[in-house]
Amino acid sequence: MIRLEHVSKTFPNSTTPAVDHVTLEVPEGEICVLLGPSGCGKTTTMKMVNRLIEPSSGEIFIGDRNTADYDPVQLRRTIGYVIQQIGLFPNKTIEDNICLVPDVLGWERSKSRARAAELLDMVALDPGTFLKRYPKELSGGQQQRIGVLRAIAADPPVLLMDEPFGAIDPINREIIQDEFLKMQARIKKTIMFVSHDIDEAVKMADRIAIFRDGRLVQYDTPDNILAHPAESFVSDFVGGDRTLKRLQLLTVNDAMQHDPPRVTAEDTLETAAAIMAEHGHQAIVIVGPRGRARGYVQLSVARGGKGKVGENHETLPTTVKPGEDLRTAVSTMFRHDVSWLACIDDEGTFKGYVTLRSITRLLSEAYRDG
Amino acid sequence: MDEQAAVADIRQWWRGGLYILIFSLGAWAWGSGLLPVLLDHWDDITFLGRQHIQLVAISGGLAILIGVPAGVALTRSRFRRYGDVAMQVLNIGATIPTLAVLALSMSLLGIGNTPAIFALFIASLLPIVGNTMAGIRAVPPYLRESARGMGLSPRQILWQVELPNALFVIYAGIRTALAINVGTVPLAFLIGGGGLGELIFSGIALNQFGTMLAGAIPTALLAIVVDFIVTQFQFWTIPRGVNPMR
Repeated sequence: MIRLEHVSKTFPNSTTPAVDHVTLEVPEGEICVLLGPSGCGKTTTMKMVNRLIEPSSGEIFIGDRNTADYDPVQLRRTIGYVIQQIGLFPNKTIEDNICLVPDVLGWERSKSRARAAELLDMVALDPGTFLKRYPKELSGGQQQRIGVLRAIAADPPVLLMDEPFGAIDPINREIIQDEFLKMQARIKKTIMFVSHDIDEAVKMADRIAIFRDGRLVQYDTPDNILAHPAESFVSDFVGGDRTLKRLQLLTVNDAMQHDPPRVTAEDTLETAAAIMAEHGHQAIVIVGPRGRARGYVQLSVARGGKGKVGENHETLPTTVKPGEDLRTAVSTMFRHDVSWLACIDDEGTFKGYVTLRSITRLLSEAYRDG
Repeated sequence: MDEQAAVADIRQWWRGGLYILIFSLGAWAWGSGLLPVLLDHWDDITFLGRQHIQLVAISGGLAILIGVPAGVALTRSRFRRYGDVAMQVLNIGATIPTLAVLALSMSLLGIGNTPAIFALFIASLLPIVGNTMAGIRAVPPYLRESARGMGLSPRQILWQVELPNALFVIYAGIRTALAINVGTVPLAFLIGGGGLGELIFSGIALNQFGTMLAGAIPTALLAIVVDFIVTQFQFWTIPRGVNPMR
């Protein structure tokens, strides 16, 4: 846990504070993204946590301990640190770079070297190939992965990341962000992450802290920031398409109609038409004996038709899984020119369906509440 | 890999060419009577050569031992504000001809070994201090920041980050300094410092071409050997990750 209490910083030769009475708490195991335009004080705030910058006033706690009680050098050894330029030492091998903090902490060599190999394995880089290489022999993306590994090598509970993925091309950035989130799900560090990119923040953050001119203007979950910006600065900053950005935070499950009516192949078209009329649906899904989705029948076909559903159904053009985000779902709808999708789980069992209308209703609900 | 092979190829050619050159030089030297003259002066050459090497070793060694730490000190936070001034002084100092440095040294310390060593020391000191400062200043700030952010002490940052990354530039300064040094030692004769200059200047004064060459050729060889030794140090002691030679 990282807790800031009324932390301010005024630099020498300046009258206006760079950071002005910031109070915030990053709960154990969460990622807090400090977000804002350049010069808003987000980086200064982060650097006060490991005392690269000393606060002018206020207190910062890691766990229960006040950071002011530590020797700054000792403090920093207990906090992982990743910067945008990565800062791998070109004179050291990858192995020695990763083992930097374990080495200054005096770990046994065999233990730290084993740790380096284990960490490389974790990001799917072959230890045999990479341990003895030098940073210049690695691609930018590989270097950035090593930068993160180096920060967590001595297993610090807290991690500070200063625009860590900012210098990587967009395609690799996506991959590394996903990788990092997967890793975080396992290692559960308490992370303070500086970014100026709203999309990155929405993707990475459990909570977003938005800064403006040294003040913390809003501190909330990504969905709440997008749905209820506290002031016009926030809504301007998160962008006019903030509602669309929420799509990637919500899952199909949130917008899905659960356990909708269904028919089996043995039912007659009259039955199908009657069920659709009753619920006001334009189509109905056919399921097999174990609940697997087999296809669907349209109302226009069923109405006035004769015979079994099984002889008149069409195959489903595409399906989604309940765990996928709504952005993917909407994109799939547009691609196949449909306004609804059947949701099936990993076993193929029909779980429900999601429609464009149910999605828009879900998104607008948040605004009605507010 | 191809590039390396090509470089190795070129080196092979160089080496071959060099052997041929040395052989024909030797043949010419014997034929023209130069080699017999050199052999005549062999005792002088070894005696004065040893003196020469002593002058280089003492003055150059002192310059390295004092210049590198001085250069490092001028980049530490306590002395950093003097760094720019020091750099200016060094740049101006480097423009003073070495002969003038010798003359000034003689006016301070008289004649003999000591003023010669002092003058050579001063002349070698400048490039070493200058390059040490420049090398450490050229270490990217983000390397220092990440080192500091991970909890390295200033001393650890110096030894593990700044010095290794500045080493190539520091060596370049030492190379320049020693080249100047070896080239200036013959002038030390003028203030009574000894060395191979004695043969060179006597040869010129007495119009004995052979005597002059008996001083000049070993001086030139010494310069090449010293440069070779520093290059080897450069090659083997700079970590591979920051060594442009490997």
